[in-house]
Formats: sequence, structure tokens, C-alpha cells
Amino acid sequence: MRLILLGVLILHVIILILLIVSTAASAWSVADNSAKDLWYKCSTNNGGYRCQPSSNEDWIQAVQALMILSVLFCFFSLIAFLYQLFRLVKGGRFFFTAIFQILASVFVMCGAIIYTVMRPDDGTHTNFGYAYVLAWVAFPLCLISGLIYIVLRKKE
Amino acid sequence: MLTFLALTSVALLGIVPEQSQAIAIYTGWERHALVGSDIRLSCSFFSWRWTSEDVTFSWTYRPDGSRDSISIFHYTGGAAYVDNKGPFRDRLEFVGNPGRRDGSILLKNLELNDNGTFTCDAKNPPDIVGRPSSVRLLVFEKVPIQAGVITGAIIGVVLGLLVLIVVIYYLMRFLVARRVFSLSVSKHGKKKKEGSQQRQLWTPPPLTCYPLP
Repeated sequence: MRLILLGVLILHVIILILLIVSTAASAWSVADNSAKDLWYKCSTNNGGYRCQPSSNEDWIQAVQALMILSVLFCFFSLIAFLYQLFRLVKGGRFFFTAIFQILASVFVMCGAIIYTVMRPDDGTHTNFGYAYVLAWVAFPLCLISGLIYIVLRKKE
Repeated sequence: MLTFLALTSVALLGIVPEQSQAIAIYTGWERHALVGSDIRLSCSFFSWRWTSEDVTFSWTYRPDGSRDSISIFHYTGGAAYVDNKGPFRDRLEFVGNPGRRDGSILLKNLELNDNGTFTCDAKNPPDIVGRPSSVRLLVFEKVPIQAGVITGAIIGVVLGLLVLIVVIYYLMRFLVARRVFSLSVSKHGKKKKEGSQQRQLWTPPPLTCYPLP
């Protein structure tokens, strides 16, 4: 039992780290020498590294909001898990933890979908960057973690 | 002391006439407008002299990226002369009140090419020394959204909903607990009363002894 709880806790922390990196790193789209979205457009030309703020369109702001909300909800669910670990009655389920974790996964999914659909087609060999991939990896992990919390019961 | 006061007052009297010869012109700093809309560019001035009958207003326009300005409006001798050949022909109207030192103009049906700097120069004879003031016009196709407005709105709404749901949940629990608590107190009281009544009603029957036959 202790081992299961430890494993679930480690998974939760890994998901939180993935979400934070995906939100904070400005590398959702990469081109030859530049990386952009969600926050900055940075490029290296001729030895200089220049960054400017990314465009203020509504969909980018929506993706920013959804990613920040998913980080917040994952963090709240971690706190709820630690709280319920010590305060839950025996045989009770980790209800609040599961709700927050599933909401976090829904937010990541919405953010990633909006970014995929609304990304402008520049045509100059722009690929998806590592932050985008991390967001898509974090979504199923977060969902599975939430479902584990629904199934998990506190025994003694 | 008296000589000091006299000297300062003479100095002040010497300075003030210099100031009263300068006219101060006020326009906005920057104006934003949408394509196709109208905009009023205001211009007013401050002068120590009374508004004279020979007051003049003139507006000049310098497009963005160009070094030449073109004159588009002039008011003099009580009559307003609007642009009838330049970029603003049929789109310019004088809406000011020179008697009240207001020399504002109205630009109608703005286009994207109207981006530029508009300079207002006013003269109130004999008060003619002054600096013209400029207002920059920016014409947008669509009103741009500032960075972070939508982000903050979405985050605020979701967190607000979360707080609201938590508050309502705890409020419901608190209210239901209070009602349940009061119910059990009255039930408990009734039970106690019935119990005591029954005790009073039930009296043990008196013991009678029957002698053995």
C-alpha cells in the first residue's frame, strides 16, 4: 500500500513538472533558428539572440490561460492529495484530488487542441517544439492519474 | 527688507510681460480610431490677452514616413478654409469655436493612409510667439487586444467559479448541519419529557401481603 501511494505521488510530481516546463518554455513552434509561443518569439541571427513578445491574438491568450490553469489545478490536486492522505476516513476515496486532476487534464487538452488548430501556416519549415510535445504527453498521464485517484481507497 | 521686496517685485513685473507674450497651444498626444470612423482633433490655446478678432488657427498634416507637411485647414478673419485639393478634400469639417479659443476639426471616414501627425498652430495677435502642438493619429482595422487581457479574464473567471463552488459547498454543509442539530435537540427534549411523564404515571403497584391459609 505504501509503495502504491509513493508511486502515485511520484507520478503526480512528474506530471506537475511536465506541465510547468511546457507552460514556461517558449518553444511550442520551432523553425530553423527560432522558437516561439507561448510567450516570446526568440531567434538567433548571425550570432545575436533576439526575443520579442509573441502576438497578442485571442487564441494565444486562451492557450496561455488554459495552460496556467492546468498547472494551478495540478498543484491544488497535489495539496488535496497530501491533505486527504492524513485526514481521510478509512475506506474513503480521494475525491477532491481526482476532481482537480481530471480538470487539469481537461485544461491541458483544450489548450493543446486550440494551439494545434489555430497555429498559422507559415510554410517556412516550422515544426512543433518540445513544449508542445510535453503538453500532449502530460494530458494522458494527468487523466490516468486522476482515474487512479478515483479508484484508490484509503486502507490501513 | 523693503528694498529687497521692491527689487523682487520689479523683477517679477519684468518677467510677467515676457510670459504674457507667449501663447500655449494644447492638442492631444495620440489618437486611435477605426477605419471608416470619424474623429475630432481638438486644439485650444491659452493666452494672457483677450481673444482678438484676428485670431487664426491652422492645421498641417504630415503622413507617417514622409518629411513634408501639407496645410489642410486655416481659419482667419472670421472664416474657415478647409482642404479642397489635398488628401482630406470633402472629409474635413471645422467644429471649433474661435470665440472660445477652440480650433477643433472633424475628420470623416478615416482611411489607413491617414496615419500621420497633425499640427495645430494658433495665433492671437498681438500674442503670436508660441510653439505649435502636434497630435499623432493611428488608424486601425480592428481594435487590437492588449496582451494578457483575455488570459487574465479566463483565469479569473475559472478561479472565481472554483471559490464560489467551494463556498457554496461549505455553506450548504453548515446550514444542513444546523437544521439537523436543532431537530435532534427537540426530539431529544420530547423523548426526555415523555420518559419523565411515563415515570410519573407508572407507579409501582402497592405490595399486599396475603396470609397463608
